[in-house]
Amino acid sequence: MPLTTDNELANTRSILSGPASSRDLPDWFREQQQAAWQKFEAIARPTRKDQPWRFSSVDLLDLTPFKSSAELSEEDRRNILKYSRGLHEFAGRMIFAGDQLVERDIVSDDLKKRGVIFQPLERAMVEHADLFRKYFMSTEAKLGSAKFAALHQAMVSSGTFLFVPRGVEIKLPIEIFHWLRGQDVSVFPHLLLIADELAKVTVVEHFSSCDRSAAGFACGVNDLIVGPGANVTYVCAQNWSEKVIGIQINSSKVDHDGSVKSLNLNLGSRYSRFESLSRLIGEGSRSDMLAVAVADGEQEFDARTLQDHVSPRTASDLLYKNALSDRARCTFGGLIRVEPHAHFTDAYQKVRNLLLSDDAEANSMPGLEILADNVRCTHGATSGQINEDEMFYLRSRGIPVKVAQRLIVTGFLNEVIGRLEQPPLADHLNRLIEGKFAQSAK
Amino acid sequence: MKTETKAVDINRNIGDFAYPEVHVRDAGAGLSEKTVHYISDVKEDPDWVREFRLRGLKTFLEKPLPTHWASKDLETIDFDKIRYYLAPGTGAKRSWDEVPEDIKRTFERLGIPEQERKFLAGVEAQFDSEAVYSNIKKAVGEQGVIFVGSTEGLKNHPEIFRKWFGKVIPIADNKFSALNSAVFSGGSFIYVPPGVKVKHPLQAYFRINAENFGQFERTLIIADEGSEVTYMEGCTAPKFNTATLHSAVVELVALKGAKIQYITVQNWSANVFNLVTKRGLAHENAEVKWIDCNIGSRLTMKYPGVVLKGRKARGEVLSIALANNGQHQDTGAKMIHAADETTSNIISKSISVGTGRATYRGLVHVPKHLKNCKNNTECDALLINATSRTDTYPAITVRGTGNAVQHEASVSQVSADQIFYMQQRGLTEAQAMSLSVNGFVNDLVRQFPMEYSVELKRLIELEMEGSVG
Repeated sequence: MPLTTDNELANTRSILSGPASSRDLPDWFREQQQAAWQKFEAIARPTRKDQPWRFSSVDLLDLTPFKSSAELSEEDRRNILKYSRGLHEFAGRMIFAGDQLVERDIVSDDLKKRGVIFQPLERAMVEHADLFRKYFMSTEAKLGSAKFAALHQAMVSSGTFLFVPRGVEIKLPIEIFHWLRGQDVSVFPHLLLIADELAKVTVVEHFSSCDRSAAGFACGVNDLIVGPGANVTYVCAQNWSEKVIGIQINSSKVDHDGSVKSLNLNLGSRYSRFESLSRLIGEGSRSDMLAVAVADGEQEFDARTLQDHVSPRTASDLLYKNALSDRARCTFGGLIRVEPHAHFTDAYQKVRNLLLSDDAEANSMPGLEILADNVRCTHGATSGQINEDEMFYLRSRGIPVKVAQRLIVTGFLNEVIGRLEQPPLADHLNRLIEGKFAQSAK
Repeated sequence: MKTETKAVDINRNIGDFAYPEVHVRDAGAGLSEKTVHYISDVKEDPDWVREFRLRGLKTFLEKPLPTHWASKDLETIDFDKIRYYLAPGTGAKRSWDEVPEDIKRTFERLGIPEQERKFLAGVEAQFDSEAVYSNIKKAVGEQGVIFVGSTEGLKNHPEIFRKWFGKVIPIADNKFSALNSAVFSGGSFIYVPPGVKVKHPLQAYFRINAENFGQFERTLIIADEGSEVTYMEGCTAPKFNTATLHSAVVELVALKGAKIQYITVQNWSANVFNLVTKRGLAHENAEVKWIDCNIGSRLTMKYPGVVLKGRKARGEVLSIALANNGQHQDTGAKMIHAADETTSNIISKSISVGTGRATYRGLVHVPKHLKNCKNNTECDALLINATSRTDTYPAITVRGTGNAVQHEASVSQVSADQIFYMQQRGLTEAQAMSLSVNGFVNDLVRQFPMEYSVELKRLIELEMEGSVG
């Protein structure tokens, strides 16, 4: 794809100059943005001494070079559309580049009739102001990134709003693409998903860069509101260019008997921090938190999670797996928190690191805070390397070392992806992982 | 059901008595350079020790409280109200007959002289800031084993003492190690010559008798090549109305092929802040094993560590914590792998009763280019009541491909079926609960010396009284 020209760069502004004022957004929203900007400026930059940022390369979070995105040309739009290839079948699709809406494939008429709302953020905040205001940025960023959540709120200009009404099931996944385009450009992807009682939906987000060698900054927020008995699956495939600094703040709030399953696939970026907070607020709710990372070169993935059990009889199950080669670093900081009175909690947390080189580094901090009794909480963390016997077995059948290694890593990661129980989705994610292997083999 | 032994007495009520203070030496309340000079003068410190103390004070004043991760309860310690040095003004005695009558009575009530006769190779008893009694059995002394107070150690054996003192735990390791470096007094100095295996344990007994007092003992144990030693410490204090501070530093050095086992039964009364830094250095083929039982105190923060410096060194921490109403046991372990083929093992079991809070905090570090290092960590927590709390905060760093690290933790409660089963057979609910809890720690307790395990079991029973119903 064509690189950004100097001419385009001239029309962009540094993100550190604050929210743009000339936008076509409602006054209340712009006031919130100003307040968020002040909050961003008031909060100090994180240091490694802050417990939520322990082991993290906070020095990489220098935002000075980053600018807002330039206007897209018609050609850009055509190109982006051409490259936005995800699943074969989907119920609806939204494509953004540089936080500008490129295309929206409408959900089928039938779903529209049944009340499904699938709109860009700027439209939803006008047309569905009550619903929007009730849930927009309603979960506090508790895992360390309050400053970046404020930055996101100050700068967000588009994104996805999806409301699935009571009892409606969307069978095929909804797909969202976010593209970073140009050198030192920033994006602020946003997803607000509200699944009403007994609704069912799957959403897949793709994060990619047009130019695989361009630096950039992505700071996204994603809120899943899961109503009573509702069922939400969310997949994020992060494949930014290897010079991008990314921060993604995800949260889910699950009402009684609701369930949410989320999977983060981390392949791209120089540094990517993923905060995932799941609040189980209703009895009988459940959260499955999954993540897979394939890290090589100088890459650093920093995952922080909180399984927050607020109500009794809730369940959560976390499984994070990292495969690390070269000088890559992975950090996992997770906490299971069982609030007072959240009895009969069943929580599980497991992180596994597969170290493929002598310079790779894995830091694990699996934590528990239990303030109720009558609970079953376990966690585990392991770090190891490829089993020599497995390697020998494959090699004795004539498989070259590199291929054998890749097969073993794929098998290691597949346990997580398989948990999605959606083969088309799993196939797509495996293709992305293979793509990364192919790239690093070059 | 059990054999009665009068071993190390860790019954909390037995420790709850105080005699009037008769201190000749008193540094007064508050901490300043004057306090440090006072202590140095009284103890006739050599200049290097005085300088060491002053550096400790400076570091202590500079460092903030670690409340960004630790309990905010630390902020309630009023360092200006604490008295940093109290001593009767007489040196440590070799015979109980020479120990002043009231102090002797204290230790007799705790059963120390009796145990010494029975099964210990040596005993040191510390009363507030200084050792009042110190003795080892003649046969052990003849093997060249040195077992004296730290003051005596640094005066009479400077060539060994100075080489290792402050090397395993530097002054600036943390705020409380710096505090200890400034005002340390008492504690043990042990040297075991090459090849000597001390058959019976050496024991130190720490007693705080004065109110508003801080005890800062400093222990240094050096096991020379191929030697073996077991050290046990016990501690008690009366139940005063105001908080008391205990902040010790313990350094262990196990030279090539040596083995050190360090056993602590901490049973401070429930208003003692127990902030202790303990670390061992294990050289090639050496083994350092910490057995750490925390039952008393208001807040304990203690993470015994082992630096595995030589090839094939082994480190182990076995830890039992029981947090009852109002108590916070913040304990754990540190394993720093610094050589190939080093192995470490951490097993931690905690029980939270009533409003008690038990925390496990761990650190395992395997740097790059090491081969065949292994760590195993297991933490199990048992919650007794709905208001009980438990936390686990491990941090594990692994680099490179040659190593295996695993961590596992679980939290559970006593199963209702178990209790029901036992009640069916005529046990009261409290008895059933106590039996379950003892079962929970049993596999760990079995690894302790017999005298300790029996007492520990009895103590757990005592703590479990009235916890249900």
